[in-house]
Amino acid sequence: MNRWIDVCGVDDLQPDSGVCAQVAGHQVAMFHLPKLDAVYSLDNFDPIAQANVLSRGMVGDLGGEPMVASPMYKQHYNLKTGVCFEDASVRLTTYRLRIADHRVWLQVDEHGVPVAMPIATP
Amino acid sequence: MTRKQTLVVIGNGMVGQHFIASLMESTARDHFDVVTFCEESRPAYDRVHLSAYFTGKTAQDLSLVPDGFFESHGITLHLGDKAVEIDRVAKRVTSANGIVVDYDKLVLATGSYPFVPPVPGHDRPHCLVYRTLDDLDAIRASAQASRIGAVVGGGLLGLEAAKALRDLGLETHVVEFAPRLMTVQLDDGGGAMLKRKIEALGVKAHLNKNTSLIDDGASARHRMNFADGEHLETDLILFSAGIRPRDDIARASGLDVGPRGGIVIDNHCRTSDADIYAIGECALWNGQIFGLVAPGYTMARCVVAHLSDQEHAFTGADMSTKLKLMGVDVASIGDAQARAPGALIYTYQDGRAEVYKRLVVSADNQRLLGAVLVGDAADYGTLLQYCLNGIELPEQPEALILPATSESDQPIGLGADALPASATVCSCYSVSKGDICAAIADGCNTVPALKTTTKAGTGCGGCAALVKSVLDCELKKAGVEVNNDLCEHFPHTRQDLFNLIRIDGIKTFDALIEKHGRGLGCDVCKQAVGSMLASQWNDYILETAHIGLQDTNDTFLANMQKDGSYSVVPRVPGGEITPDGLIAIGQVAKKYGLYTKITGGQRVDLFGARVEQLPAIWGELIAAGFESGHAYGKALRTVKSCVGSTWCRYGVDDSVGLAIELENRYKGLRAPHKIKFAVSGCTRECAEAQGKDIGVIATEGGWNLYVCGNGGMKPRHADLFATSLDKATLIRYIDRVLMFYIRTADRLQRTSVWMDNLEGGLAYLKAVVIADKLGMADELERQMAHVVDTYQCEWKTTLEDDNKLKRFRHFVNSDQPDDHIVFVEERGQIRPASPQERKHFRLIEEVA
Ligand code: SRM
Ligand SMILES: Cc1cc2nc3c(=O)[nH]c(=O)nc-3n(C[C@H](O)[C@H](O)[C@H](O)COP(=O)(O)OP(=O)(O)OC[C@H]3O[C@@H](n4cnc5c(N)ncnc54)[C@H](O)[C@@H]3O)c2cc1C
Ligand code: SF4
Ligand code: FES
Repeated sequence: MNRWIDVCGVDDLQPDSGVCAQVAGHQVAMFHLPKLDAVYSLDNFDPIAQANVLSRGMVGDLGGEPMVASPMYKQHYNLKTGVCFEDASVRLTTYRLRIADHRVWLQVDEHGVPVAMPIATP
Repeated sequence: MTRKQTLVVIGNGMVGQHFIASLMESTARDHFDVVTFCEESRPAYDRVHLSAYFTGKTAQDLSLVPDGFFESHGITLHLGDKAVEIDRVAKRVTSANGIVVDYDKLVLATGSYPFVPPVPGHDRPHCLVYRTLDDLDAIRASAQASRIGAVVGGGLLGLEAAKALRDLGLETHVVEFAPRLMTVQLDDGGGAMLKRKIEALGVKAHLNKNTSLIDDGASARHRMNFADGEHLETDLILFSAGIRPRDDIARASGLDVGPRGGIVIDNHCRTSDADIYAIGECALWNGQIFGLVAPGYTMARCVVAHLSDQEHAFTGADMSTKLKLMGVDVASIGDAQARAPGALIYTYQDGRAEVYKRLVVSADNQRLLGAVLVGDAADYGTLLQYCLNGIELPEQPEALILPATSESDQPIGLGADALPASATVCSCYSVSKGDICAAIADGCNTVPALKTTTKAGTGCGGCAALVKSVLDCELKKAGVEVNNDLCEHFPHTRQDLFNLIRIDGIKTFDALIEKHGRGLGCDVCKQAVGSMLASQWNDYILETAHIGLQDTNDTFLANMQKDGSYSVVPRVPGGEITPDGLIAIGQVAKKYGLYTKITGGQRVDLFGARVEQLPAIWGELIAAGFESGHAYGKALRTVKSCVGSTWCRYGVDDSVGLAIELENRYKGLRAPHKIKFAVSGCTRECAEAQGKDIGVIATEGGWNLYVCGNGGMKPRHADLFATSLDKATLIRYIDRVLMFYIRTADRLQRTSVWMDNLEGGLAYLKAVVIADKLGMADELERQMAHVVDTYQCEWKTTLEDDNKLKRFRHFVNSDQPDDHIVFVEERGQIRPASPQERKHFRLIEEVA
């Protein structure tokens, strides 16, 4: 059964920036974009740089889609879908994140592992 | 089909090669088998830029012959073989190596040789000339065993040779027979200004000196004795007393030569033998030798036309020149000496900026006949066009050389628009404005594309600025708009945004994007705006409003490495560090197990720190007296220094002291890109200041300031900006140059690229900074003063704020480190594990 776990307080998020959480051995990058009133979550591991760095990337939008730029080699990833803008064959797993009661909640499965969102079909 | 004829070309220098290359592009190509003799050990190379061989260019870089050129065109090249005899009856050429070739047509392109006055002692060892790459090798070798060098001859080449000697670190003298430098090109006023300028650069000029004997010196290898009883001691002597045409082989075969040498040619470049042509510096046309490459190229194309049965006569050539001698712009156009009867003269002289300009105008005040420019040759292109095309002068011709007095009062340039289509823009390759416009119409809309298509600008380079303005002007007419928007979020250039931030007093990204942009922003505009806000207001960059604007390096005040770990670089101003400082760095590195390396910027980099270790590491470094080195920021990096007069036996001034002062002044200054300085204590230049954004070199007369140099991907030699400055003026100029750069450059544009794109170039920057042409010097200084006064060590501020420190952990919900960062040992220190090594560890862990 999927459930929501409390990862951290809202104050622990960096507005217009990211942080990383450790959940059942997985590194999950979390981003808070106050202007969209939205939080996003995807893998912290940058597959191109082969390092756990995405939570330290800069955020914003490209063509209206929310994105994070890898701090290593500057590829951009769509925060909603995890798809790389420069190379659509590269896709990060995205996770469900929400804010409630001033806390940040992540959806995990019965083993406590973050649940991957299905690949969105446009 | 008729038999192919044999065409022999003697001499594979600049003109000989241009002839062959032009022939290969013409229809006449199919009628000839081409054989060429090249006396030198390498095929044609760019003699015009010969001196670049001393500043980093290789023989390969200078080559004018594309790879495989001779082979692919079936041309026979006899390299390192000199033609020694022409038998005109048998129509046969014989070479030193005994090669015999029968010719149908013969082209002499033997060039010239440096004239060495027959002074007794001229043939002593270490007495050399400046003409070939081999000569330059010999000079380099000799300079290594010399301290002082003297150039005989203060003409164009002599001064260039003097610069080379100075660059090789020698104390340099120029000995000139005439009462002024560059007798041929300059008048007395221009010559005097030039003398002052080169002496400020540390080259001593001796005028009115006739060398009568060279023999053993007391303190140096040679003593040059002059006719007036004086003498000069020197280790190396370079003769540059003019050139003489190489007409010996023509003379021996009975061709007509001039009374003072040179192979006589007619308007088709034919010698007195109809089957033999002569082109380039060996040829004498109408009693005149042309010692420049452009006329030689024109001759070469005339011969190709003649061989293709086309009518194309040689009718003389313009001898105008523009060059940079030791960083000093010098130009001479047409009748510079005002020989024309009744000519009117206009002179402008600025003693402070050391600029001299003179116009020679026809008696009716209508046409420009000639001009001399020293110190600022920005007007060269415009004046040359007036002169060559006989364009009618404005009512007050002096306006062409007078500086603009206010912003609205722009100097009367000759817009590219005003030129007729027939105007020659590039004389090296005879490219007219019409040719350039045609190429633009065919789709060449960048300067590099135009260069490739028309060749304009690829010779001496003198026309480059004009080519660009023709391009800009045509594109504008065609309504082509170049999009310089910062990114999709701001329909403005960086420069515009900077002004908006300043004028509207905007302090945050959110306020800016709300007012002048759209969307959320991206990594491009956020970083650019973050940098601009910092340059303008200099607030702490990790203020909550600014955090999201910083690249990861700035947010964590450290440089991210390939595995996600960080490096730590404490500032070491001027590269000077105490033993205690070294020990403190060593202790910190040891305690945290960091890899240490001396950087290329004269300081120590500590690698392998995990994000959560950074505050503790910096806490210890700050306690030991260190500050942030801003290795992470688009900001001032280092001011490199050499040891200078304190210790060095050649040092002229205290370069370390100045470097430390400059580094402390500009530390923390944020800019469009990183900024590097260096200060050298003498012209030997051990700090490599001429490769830095700001370079300072001590001379006897004061500090010389160089700007806009660059190492890195595309090295650029810095431009000499001002000479013999006292420290206060030096700092004032640096303040202004940097702030002007910060205001006007594009994002991520180093000063070198900024300068290359700055309209008006160096002369314009000087006008803004030295002559305060825009009336903004005070404001630039005030803005810099604000940045200097509000400096803070970002690490110190961060350590004092627990809230900020919260971010320095890998996980928001755990204190664990990132287990992906794994080190192995190599040469006694750590390094990131390779992917293979990682797999291996993982296996061991799984087994365990
Ligand atoms: C550490 C150091 C190499 C060393 O071990 O010696 C170094 C390391 C890096 N250099 Fe450098 N450069 C270092 C001296 C230089 C120099 C030499 C100098 O400063 O005298 C140059 C050429 C001089 C110049 O800049 O004109 C140099 C030209 C570059 C360039 C090319 C810049 C250009 O305009 O072409 C880059 C790339 C860039 O900035 O876009 C670069 C970028 C980098 C980066 C930041 C690459 C990166 O993004 O990770 C490296 C980060 C190192 C780190 O994490 O600390 N580095 N780099 C040197 C640090 C000097 C210091 O004490 O601060
Ligand atoms: C340092 C320097 C800077 C200069 N700067 C400029 C400048 O800024 N602008 C400008 O317009 N000009 C400049 N010049 C002049 C320019 O280089 C010459 O005008 C140009 O090289 C002339 O070309 P050329 O082919 O006639 O002679 P060269 O280039 O001298 O070529 C002649 C070649 O023929 C060879 N040769 C001679 N006799 C024989 C033989 N019998 N058999 C086989 N080979 C033979 C020679 O060894 C030589 O390689 C400069 C020259 C020098 C040295
Ligand atoms: S040269 Fe390249 S590899 Fe070496 S430090 Fe500079 S950026 Fe890194
Ligand atoms: S005039 Fe020499 S390159 Fe154009």
